[in-house]
Amino acid sequence: MGTDHIVKSFDEALTRLAEVIQRMGGIAETQISEAIDAVVRRDAELASRVIEDDRKVDTLESQVDDMAIKLLALRQPVASDLRFVVGTLKISAEIERIGDYAKNVAKRAVALSQIAPLKPAHVIHRMGDVAQQMIKDVLDAYANRDVERADAVWARDAELDELYSSLFRELVTYMMEDARNITGSTHMLFIAKNIERIGDHATNIAEQVHYIVTGKSIEATRPKGDETAFAVVRPGGGS
Amino acid sequence: MNTMVANKAKAAQPQGAGPAALKVVARDVNVHYGQKHALKGVSIDIPDRSVTAFIGPSGCGKSTFLRCINRMNDTIANARVDGSIKLDGADIYDPAVDVVQLRARVGMVFQKPNPFPKSIYENVVYGPRIHGLAESRADLDAIVEKSLRGAGLWDEVKDRLREPGTGLSGGQQQRLCIARTIAVEPEVILMDEPCSALDPIATAVIEELIEELRKDFTIVIVTHNMQQAARVSQRTAFFHLGLLVEVDDTEKIFTNPQDARTQGYITGRYG
Repeated sequence: MGTDHIVKSFDEALTRLAEVIQRMGGIAETQISEAIDAVVRRDAELASRVIEDDRKVDTLESQVDDMAIKLLALRQPVASDLRFVVGTLKISAEIERIGDYAKNVAKRAVALSQIAPLKPAHVIHRMGDVAQQMIKDVLDAYANRDVERADAVWARDAELDELYSSLFRELVTYMMEDARNITGSTHMLFIAKNIERIGDHATNIAEQVHYIVTGKSIEATRPKGDETAFAVVRPGGGS
Repeated sequence: MNTMVANKAKAAQPQGAGPAALKVVARDVNVHYGQKHALKGVSIDIPDRSVTAFIGPSGCGKSTFLRCINRMNDTIANARVDGSIKLDGADIYDPAVDVVQLRARVGMVFQKPNPFPKSIYENVVYGPRIHGLAESRADLDAIVEKSLRGAGLWDEVKDRLREPGTGLSGGQQQRLCIARTIAVEPEVILMDEPCSALDPIATAVIEELIEELRKDFTIVIVTHNMQQAARVSQRTAFFHLGLLVEVDDTEKIFTNPQDARTQGYITGRYG
């Protein structure tokens, strides 16, 4: 925020708010990577820990709410400070949703650990890596008020959407090959969808960072690679 | 205040019909107090029937510029004003302009309420009387009621119009001063920190009044209270070291100012 505020305690309150977001983001990142590991390694115990961790994110979210409301009431921030406080409130809600999606992935990991292994786990792994990196980058962008980095995360969502689309087609063919794959493939499809949604929330955070720094919203429309809503896969005919 | 509106109907712009008409247009205004260059090349457009707030640190030139708009600086011996300030397109520094008439069109409310040591009634009729705006006692009575109603004070003082204005509370005195100002039916009202001597409730009453007054008058307000500028004005101008740094819609100034100096001042990161 450039120069220091005349009232030091105001700057300190803003810094504390940013720190809580970093902690939330750190937990969410871990949640994602551990949830994916739990899927790939068929580790129900690890999955339970991820589910447990979601409470921490929820607690931190309400902490952000309290701090932000207090700041608004007592300091009446304006201009870049106002954008920061309001943007931070929204970002914390986005991270909370990311935590929920990671939790859902972990729940499905428990279910998957009880049935026969499925092939496309490596694509899930790849999607998880991309999503995790997006969150890491966007939170670094937030911490450093780095609009270029935020914009790069925003553009990267298309990659995740494309991975999801290709996995969708792959899973549909497995299900057509053998009906016994349906349970596992359906769980896998939801897992992939959850990760794809995590990417969307990372994109929303990127938009908030862009707004906090520049005071303007990102001009272009969001890049879209997920076309599964329109996909038709025919038996034996490919997509 | 209906007749006041009618009197100025010619200048009125239909509501919502494109950009508001400009009431005051200043170009390259410089003020020197002796050797001191207090105001440096200020150019600003002030729209009709709206509130424009001037903000900035002490000594930034905002009050100096406010006082240019009704030539109050003429009363300061070593002050020199150059540049152009037009009111409805006519230069107010034209030698042919009658300053007394100008100040009837451009009224002023000061920081400390300064009622005359006379009755409430006499405070209000003083201006209309010297400007010859009333012919009879009934005219004066009508002006008193209209002005006090316009200033939101009528109900509180209608039964004690003969009592001294100085006996009112601070907030009431300030509203009496506003009544005195609008009694001569000005077009522009300049307010120099009108609430800085008032408590928060009296301040809120004045702010509500400003919101009402802007339907009929062009208001320019100097304030040190940035929240007040944010609350009452449609346009905000930030002055710094004698320069007009930035002027824009108030909403824009307080959410996304364009100049780093404005940003620094309003967020309290003023170096």
